[in-house]
Amino acid sequence: MSRRPYIRPVSRTAWYMTHVRYKSYMLRELTCVLVAVYCVLILSGLAALASGTQTRWDEFLASQQHLAWILFHGFALVFFTVYQSIAWFGLAPKAMPLQMGDRTVPGGLIVAAHYMLWLVLSAALFWIAGVI
Amino acid sequence: MSNRVLQLEIMRYDPEQDAEPAYRTYSVPCQEDWAILDALNYIKENLDTTLSYRWSCHMMVCGSCGMMVNGEPSLTCKVFVRDLPDRVRIEPLANFPIERDLVVVLDDVMEKMQRAQLHIIRSGEAKDPSSEHEQSPAALKKFKQYTMCINCMACYAACPQYALDPEFIGPAVLALAHRYNLDSRDQGRAQRLNLLADHDGAWNCSFVGACSEVCPKQVDPAAAIQQMKIEASVEWLKQNLLPGMPS
Repeated sequence: MSRRPYIRPVSRTAWYMTHVRYKSYMLRELTCVLVAVYCVLILSGLAALASGTQTRWDEFLASQQHLAWILFHGFALVFFTVYQSIAWFGLAPKAMPLQMGDRTVPGGLIVAAHYMLWLVLSAALFWIAGVI
Repeated sequence: MSNRVLQLEIMRYDPEQDAEPAYRTYSVPCQEDWAILDALNYIKENLDTTLSYRWSCHMMVCGSCGMMVNGEPSLTCKVFVRDLPDRVRIEPLANFPIERDLVVVLDDVMEKMQRAQLHIIRSGEAKDPSSEHEQSPAALKKFKQYTMCINCMACYAACPQYALDPEFIGPAVLALAHRYNLDSRDQGRAQRLNLLADHDGAWNCSFVGACSEVCPKQVDPAAAIQQMKIEASVEWLKQNLLPGMPS
C-alpha cells in the first residue's frame, strides 16, 4: 500500500473569506490603515502650525471644515479609535493575566482598569486643550 | 427516543485510486442523543465499511476524533446531532495533509513537539528517584489551564497563519511550551527561547484568536502566545539595553 497524502490548496489572497471570524479579524487589522491616514492628517496639521505662517494654519483649519473631513473625523472616532480600543482592551486580560497568590485577578477588573485609564488620560487631554 | 435522518456529506479520499478528495453523501438515521461520531460509527458498521477515521475514547479525552464539522474544527464526540441541521458536512481537519478519508497526517506537529522539548528540563543535578520537586497550589495555577490540552489539533485547523505558513510552530505546541516555561519545577526556559521567540515561533502569530475559540477543552493558546511575545520582548530589552542583568 502506498502513501500519497493529499494537500488541500489554500488561497493566499482570499483565505479570510472562508469564515466570519477571519473576516472580522481582517476588519480589525484593516482599521490600522485608516489610523495611519489619521496620523498623516495630524502631522500635516502640525506641519502647518510649525511653519509659523498664519495663512497655512488657517488654510488647514478651513480644510477641516469640509463635510468630507468632518465625516472622516466622526468615522475615525467611532470605528478606528473606539472599535480598536474596545477590541484591544478586551484582549488585555489574555496578554497580561494577573495572579496574586492563589487568586487570579478577574479579567473584567483588568479591562475596567484600562477604561479608567482611558477616561483619565482623555480628561487630562481635554483639560490641557482648555475644553474643561 | 426519536430518530432523525441526517444527510452526512463526507469527504472521501483513497490515495490508491483518487486524484483528489470528493464528497459522498450518506443518509443516517440518528438518535437525538447521538454525537456525530456515533453517526460515523453507524456508517462504518452499516453502510460503508471502507470509511476511515480516527477515534478512541468517545469522551473528549483522547483528542483523536478531531474533524471539520460544517467547516468548524471540532471533536466529533462533542458535537451532538440535536444541535445540527439536517445536512452536515464532515471533512478531515483543515491545514493538514489527508492520509485517507477523514484521517490526516500529523507528523509536522509531532516533530515540532519534539523540537519544543515539551517536558520538564532540570539542569545540573543528580537524578535521585526519591527526591521530589515541591510545587505550591499558586505555582500550579499559573499553568494549569494549558495542561488541559489533549493534542486534538483543532487549533491548528482553525489557524490561518499555519495554513499560510506551515513553518509556524503553531498554537498547541506554543501553549504547551509556555506551560513548561511557567512550571516552577522546570529550568528549560532558556533552551526553548531560541525556538519560541524566533520568527517561526510566537512572532509568527498575528493574533487572529481562532485557536482559543475552537479549543474543545477551553485552553487559551492565543493568550499563551501573546504572553510569550511580552516575555521575549522583556528578554530582548534586558539583553540589549541592560547588559549584565540576570534574565
